[in-house]
Amino acid sequence: MELTGAEIFVRCLEDEGVEYIFGYPGGAVLNIYDAIYKQDKVEHVLVRHEQAATHAADGYARSSGKPGVVLVTSGPGATNAITGVATAYMDSIPMVVFTGQVPTSLIGNDAFQEVDSVGITRPCVKHNFLVKDVTKLAETIKKAFYVATTGRPGPVVVDIPKDITAEKAEYSYPKRVKMRSYNPVVKGNKRQIQKAVDLMLSAKRPMVYTGGGVILDRGAKALTDLMKKLNFPITNTLMGLGAYPATDKQFLGILGMHGTYEANMAMHNCDVLIAIGARFDDRVTGNVEKFCPTARIIHVDIDPASIAKNVKVDVPIVGGVTNVLKEMAAMVAESGKSPEKKALAEWWKQIEEWRAVDCLKYDHESELIKPQYVIESLYEVTKGNAFVTSDVGQHQMWAAQFYKFDKPYRWINSGGLGTMGFGLPAAMGAQFANPKDTVACVTGEGSIQMNIQELSTCLQYGLPIKIICLNNRFLGMVRQWQEFFYQGRYSMSYMDALPDFIKLAESYGHVGMRIEKPEDVVPALKEATGKYKDRLVFLDFITDQTENVYPMIPAGAGLNEMILV
Amino acid sequence: MENEAGALSRVSGLFSARGYNIESLTVAPTEDPSLSRMTLVTRGSDEIIEQITKQLNKLIDVVKLIDLTEGAHIEREMMLVKIRAESGTEARDEINRLVDIFRGNIIDVTPATYTVELTGTGDKLDAFLKAVGEEAILETVRSGVSGISRGEKSLAL
Repeated sequence: MELTGAEIFVRCLEDEGVEYIFGYPGGAVLNIYDAIYKQDKVEHVLVRHEQAATHAADGYARSSGKPGVVLVTSGPGATNAITGVATAYMDSIPMVVFTGQVPTSLIGNDAFQEVDSVGITRPCVKHNFLVKDVTKLAETIKKAFYVATTGRPGPVVVDIPKDITAEKAEYSYPKRVKMRSYNPVVKGNKRQIQKAVDLMLSAKRPMVYTGGGVILDRGAKALTDLMKKLNFPITNTLMGLGAYPATDKQFLGILGMHGTYEANMAMHNCDVLIAIGARFDDRVTGNVEKFCPTARIIHVDIDPASIAKNVKVDVPIVGGVTNVLKEMAAMVAESGKSPEKKALAEWWKQIEEWRAVDCLKYDHESELIKPQYVIESLYEVTKGNAFVTSDVGQHQMWAAQFYKFDKPYRWINSGGLGTMGFGLPAAMGAQFANPKDTVACVTGEGSIQMNIQELSTCLQYGLPIKIICLNNRFLGMVRQWQEFFYQGRYSMSYMDALPDFIKLAESYGHVGMRIEKPEDVVPALKEATGKYKDRLVFLDFITDQTENVYPMIPAGAGLNEMILV
Repeated sequence: MENEAGALSRVSGLFSARGYNIESLTVAPTEDPSLSRMTLVTRGSDEIIEQITKQLNKLIDVVKLIDLTEGAHIEREMMLVKIRAESGTEARDEINRLVDIFRGNIIDVTPATYTVELTGTGDKLDAFLKAVGEEAILETVRSGVSGISRGEKSLAL
């Protein structure tokens, strides 16, 4: 039987096993919305702004491991979605974004709500397609999911002109697609892995640095197993948190610009650096000229272009990190060797001295609420089991430093693009994927206002998100830089004319709480996760305005040149 | 590359987004109409060339890529040039001789001009233009470099 393009679209998503589409209707996608109306297999979530649709799909993907799916209309629908597409691209998140397009006959005519979606998204997608023939629609959708979810994952945009959604074709969804120009490597080269293992076993001061690649490739267990065998110290990037249990003693915290003293010092002084699924981002390396001066570097990554891009590497291994980690473990076992005990013990002694500096200390006696204390309390009250999304700025760093993630997929933040406004919609996606779990959005009074309209979506779908707003009346990270590097000229970083967030939350039908004293922090969090378990709670914590994120590596400095508290 | 709309802009977009230079770029369909072949000339340190190669390989429309400068290869560029050459002047005879020396062809003639077709390396084309002299040149159009490896090895699927 022949189906319309719109019907084919819906059937494809169904056959692909898609649970949720995050989207917003409009002229160019009316046929598709009509087809969505007539079925009940795929649930459509109506957001309030297309940017939120992409972030929600992203949060869904990060917390579930399944690709996120977005549907928006042409023109402004597509342009609004782009920030979310770029966010997913920078963090390698599998996502398929469908944009409506004006009818084929009008493309290029400056038609109403026309924009060159394929052109405008090209630099921030893994790949994109314009569907010009209804008989190719199903195959294109299959390809989009295949490309988005394999190799180094990423967002794929599929642009569908309106006439294609009305035309008819026979439907069949291909089980598999082959693309002659796209064959991602899965297994690492054995000889290279052996070289890496030999180097690891000969290390006197080893250091392991892992990133989002381990999370994306579901490699947390393989990583933990190998680390337990080797007893090496390990740090995670902002994207990699949860790949190794944060409460374990081998874990040194995050590294880089706001990384811990022990992690950064161990990086700087190691003799063998094992980088896995990480990309030597500038926020991690600091000044590359001063980066790991004494280390030989092993780098495992699925993307060959990530290897030797910023930092020269001694043993490159292209492959899926989980596969490579397992191979490494097998080779270590086979060799019958273990790292040199005495050297490793001395290295650990040194690391413990660095750890004793207690770089994350803060004033526990203050009469003002310290933002760090809010995060620590959130960790205690949720017993470390919450899914935590964040926006961007100081609160993001404190969340990464003070919430100890023992499991993967639970820390969801915009690491690469640094998108303010990401937190709340990402929390919606995470809550859809994990309806029974606590989802907390750690944010600030600046970031939350960038997608605050989603409080409406949360009410419509009954999403009991806990919004942890660290309200210091400042764009805190901007203020911090202005304090340190611009002699305290706080240009445009003071957040004047803030709304009453309590009334705002209430007007959307949610619960609002303002917390102004340290002793009220824990009771409020308990109430939010207890009495108001099933409600969205906006917790507006009035925090110390002067608090800064420490340690900090200033621009141009090496990892050992931290500003400490 | 896949012979598809947008494939060329993926390549050129990559170069501009990452700040790499394109010195010349030629592209046309091959004997297999689903494929195009592109020759791209760029310049950079070994590290930059390695990164360019990797980034190009990442593009899904790029099917196969080789760096011709890694082995013996041939580069050719075609140029059409319109030259002032008044009938009956010594200059017109001189252009004729130069075209012979450079093994070009005169492909269009008017009482006042010659249009010359010339193929060779970029250096040879530059040398011809220099020999003709700036003031005599009315218009030039160059194809950009096409390249192929020497010997029996060939770039095919």
